[in-house]
Amino acid sequence: MTAATAVGLAVAWPLIAVVWITVFSKRPNLRETGILLTGGSLFAIVAGVILPEVQAGGRPRMDLLEVLPGLELAFEVEPLGMLFGLVASGLWIVTTFYSIGYMRGHHEENQTRFYICFALAISGALGVAFAANVFTLFVFYEFITLTTYPLVTHAGTEKARKAGRMYLGILMGTSIAFLLLALVWTWLATGTTDFRPGGILAGKVEGTQLMILLALYAFGTGKAALMPFHRWLPAAMVAPTPVSALLHAVAVVKAGVFTVLKVVFYVFGIDLLAFTDASRWLTWVAAFTIIAASCVALGKDNLKARLAYSTISQLSYIVLGAAFATTAGVMGGGMHIVMHAFGKITLFFCAGAIMVGAHKTEVSEMDGLGRRMPLTFGAFLLGSLSVIGLPPMGGSWSKWFLMLGAAEAEQWVMMLVLMASSLLSIGYLMPVVVRGFFRPAPVEDGHGDHGSSGFHEAPLLCVLPPVATALGGIVLFFYAGDIWQLLTGMVP
Amino acid sequence: MIEWGLYNYWVVIFLMMTGLYVVISRGNLIKKIIGLNIFQVSVIMFYVSMGKVRGGTAPIDAPGFEIYSNPLPHVLMLTAIVVGVATTALALAIVVRIGEEYGTIEEDKIREIEAEEHPN
Amino acid sequence: MIDALWNLIGDDLPALQIAMPLLTATVCVIVRRPMLAWAVAMFNAWGAVVNASILLYRVWTRGTISYVEGGWPVPWGIELRIDLLNALVLLVVTSICAVVLVAVPRSIANEIPREKHYLFYATYLLCMTGLAGMTITGDAFNIFVFLEISSLSSYALISQGRTSRALTSAIQYLIMGTLGGTFILLGIGMLYMMTGTLNLVDMADQLALLGVNRTVLVAMACLGVGIGIKLAVFPLHTWLPNAYTYAPAVVTAFLAATATKVAYYVLVRFAFSVFRINLTLDGTHGGALLMTLGIAGMFAGSLVAIFQDNIKRMLAYSSVAQIGYMVVGLSLANEHGLTGGLVHVFNHAVTKCGLFLVLACVVLRMNSTRLSAFAGLGRRMPFTFAAFVLGGLSLIGVPLTVGFVSKWYLVLGALDAGLWPVAVLILLSSVLALIYIWRVVEVGYFTAPPEDADEVAEAPLSMLVSTWILIGGTLVFGVWTSLSAGVASAAARMLIGGVS
Repeated sequence: MTAATAVGLAVAWPLIAVVWITVFSKRPNLRETGILLTGGSLFAIVAGVILPEVQAGGRPRMDLLEVLPGLELAFEVEPLGMLFGLVASGLWIVTTFYSIGYMRGHHEENQTRFYICFALAISGALGVAFAANVFTLFVFYEFITLTTYPLVTHAGTEKARKAGRMYLGILMGTSIAFLLLALVWTWLATGTTDFRPGGILAGKVEGTQLMILLALYAFGTGKAALMPFHRWLPAAMVAPTPVSALLHAVAVVKAGVFTVLKVVFYVFGIDLLAFTDASRWLTWVAAFTIIAASCVALGKDNLKARLAYSTISQLSYIVLGAAFATTAGVMGGGMHIVMHAFGKITLFFCAGAIMVGAHKTEVSEMDGLGRRMPLTFGAFLLGSLSVIGLPPMGGSWSKWFLMLGAAEAEQWVMMLVLMASSLLSIGYLMPVVVRGFFRPAPVEDGHGDHGSSGFHEAPLLCVLPPVATALGGIVLFFYAGDIWQLLTGMVP
Repeated sequence: MIEWGLYNYWVVIFLMMTGLYVVISRGNLIKKIIGLNIFQVSVIMFYVSMGKVRGGTAPIDAPGFEIYSNPLPHVLMLTAIVVGVATTALALAIVVRIGEEYGTIEEDKIREIEAEEHPN
Repeated sequence: MIDALWNLIGDDLPALQIAMPLLTATVCVIVRRPMLAWAVAMFNAWGAVVNASILLYRVWTRGTISYVEGGWPVPWGIELRIDLLNALVLLVVTSICAVVLVAVPRSIANEIPREKHYLFYATYLLCMTGLAGMTITGDAFNIFVFLEISSLSSYALISQGRTSRALTSAIQYLIMGTLGGTFILLGIGMLYMMTGTLNLVDMADQLALLGVNRTVLVAMACLGVGIGIKLAVFPLHTWLPNAYTYAPAVVTAFLAATATKVAYYVLVRFAFSVFRINLTLDGTHGGALLMTLGIAGMFAGSLVAIFQDNIKRMLAYSSVAQIGYMVVGLSLANEHGLTGGLVHVFNHAVTKCGLFLVLACVVLRMNSTRLSAFAGLGRRMPFTFAAFVLGGLSLIGVPLTVGFVSKWYLVLGALDAGLWPVAVLILLSSVLALIYIWRVVEVGYFTAPPEDADEVAEAPLSMLVSTWILIGGTLVFGVWTSLSAGVASAAARMLIGGVS
């Protein structure tokens, strides 16, 4: 199998799972084994066939078809997309284990639909990761929106429907109104929408127009959750926790910031942006989002809501990295996609495990819970450290490189913003751990076993995945160099 | 100052506006259809007068006649008249059915009945 | 054998396009047996599709076809003239006719008494005759005659709806339509006065020599109003929502995809072929006026659609909005914009016809098209409702559906003309489409049907087949655009070339 065919195959691979799930919808064990096998083989394809080729400097490419003149569906893998593809496909496996535990532990209905939409969303995420041009990216971007909509509204309650409305309204609305316009504009100005090293817009769009075009891209990518188009993300938290974990901490939102990174690096070109200073305003928007979302997170008592706002804030790190228009900034942003993915998915897994094991959703209810669920809370601690950016977690590296990017761009205020945000994230993440481990459990009437030292963890399949991803965060701390190595391939 | 040489067009315009006015202002469906007919007739008049050449005669090749009226618009109007008749027939048929269904052919009454029966 | 047949009729294909449905309509009246009449109509309709495809292929490979009726030379005789523009429209009209016809027997079984079925087929074919005639004729007066043939039969078809409101809708449409037709007749008369010819090509040549004078301007205005009524351009659309809502379900599907499209074709033909006027540059502000009305229609239609309880009516208002898109495309008067308008004729016909057929399935099983009838339909009629979702996505303009292709060209055209606010407005109104479509999707999937609701079967196969042919078409032609966008952009180049 050549790397080029593997690219197309990888995007289509989750569809095998879809067929499998449909066929064996009545036999849960067989159904979920199939998903795991598909996930495993998918990761093998991505990591085993495509990765070596990209590491060697190759750009495996697959052309599908030309929809309109100059507008073709094509895949081409470059380092940034490679990284995103690896994260999405790798974490899919972990999440599937987790989903099995969670969905069964929580007695959710419509599990078949859930797994089908999940697989489709992964296919969409890989399509975004491997897109060779803005058009292909746009197609899969919309595909993700549509396939995750049934996941957000999974519960079917009035609240879920409302959330779904906001989800679809903001994500589709911004993408149709802004992103599509930017796409057409780009095509009109350059006659292509290809991602090319160094960008395609130099000399074609100038001055204020460049700024407007960047704004269309940045705000058109609603999935990047830049304020004021961030409201869909907290709303989407009504979805089952595995969805929040993989999609709304990794695949969907990362597809958004990934789009911004790719567009900045391969459509605008950082030289153009650095030279014209057209992305200066974006640093301010991103900085505002970082700080404001962190502050909101501080005030949220619901754990998932708190994590959602934390995600909004962390996503803007990546946008900020892109807006610096420096190599270090973009690469730091790329690295943050990985690091934050591992950190945040751990946190969401833990939140879900707490929900399944102790039926608690509010932070204020979690006093003393850590002693009953030490594994869960231990993982939560590691995840928090990674998000905050402390060693020995991978998150420290990406923050380091973002700082470097800010320094390279001589944006000292932004360095302050990054530091302040780290402090804020300590403020909203640590209380959970502190409450869990150090506060005494509330004395409740009736049941007798509270406050005892007996372990009462969630089902094993709910606990092991967060532990695994948390440990993954530590591993990444030591292997960050490899990621850096891969990303340097972006710069010709 | 009205140019009398073009009086035929003024007649056409007068008829046309009369027809249009009747269509708009009357609530009775039959009267509306009459208005529609007047409107159509005005255009027929327009075509007929357009083809007329002053001093011309019917376009039959005969010795002694040099000037002929243009027969084409007149022929076209044969078709237009047929169309008009067909339209009127269909319209009347529908009005008869409306009369059967609603018991009235006054537009405002029909609207009242519709508002009662099918609130929309 | 085939060669012999080919030699016999090969050159007469354009005439067959009109003559066949006219003849088979009478055959339908003679045979009277419903299924036999249907078979005759089917044979004719699918034959017409083949015929139209051959014509399009010939025009594409060998250029414009001119067919002279009765052997009278042009400009005295009546010419059938087929170029890329009307070959495409002809293919759309005949295909829609044929595909809808598949669904007709099961659908009208509920709505029209059996003894009248043969008349339904006859009227349907007459309507097709009129539409095909309007599309391919090269003679101005013929346009009027065929327009009236199609209009009269469509009034009759609409009046067959289940409720008595079908009758009032039909008379309303009849009055508006006749006014429109008469305005067109008046405009043609004035053009004849000025040019002395009825042949469109000849007329265009004469007008080019003559230049613009007051009579020509008045003729333009009359034609504009007349065609505007038939096309249902905002604010002349008032007949459309009622007519679409109360007509029999298949009739709505058929008319929504053909009648307004042919009217649009006539507008394009007059604007670009006959007047050869660059709409944005001439002194009449016709382009600006059309653009304003188009945009107003886009928003008025979509906004009103959002608040409709009857989904058939909602889609009718959506049609008003979609017509707005086409009109905006035309008014941009550049290659991309006009391509957008023309390709939207194709794309919207496929999409909207599919959606109205979905409603035909719904009304057959649920006896209503109100929003409440859609409760839980995602589970009760999964195939039907999935078709609705896909068709809805196409209306919104999601990529890889046909709606995206139209929107792409329209936005491109607006940016090309330097009118970025128009581009923004086009996209914003697509967001409105998202709202009105998703209201229904939500009810279909998340609202439970009433407790006492009966079991509902999935729609009959014949109706599902024709629905899914069209909905499949929205996906196929969203990816493979050589036929729709390829021909449309070539036609647009041809028309714009005529301008400069």
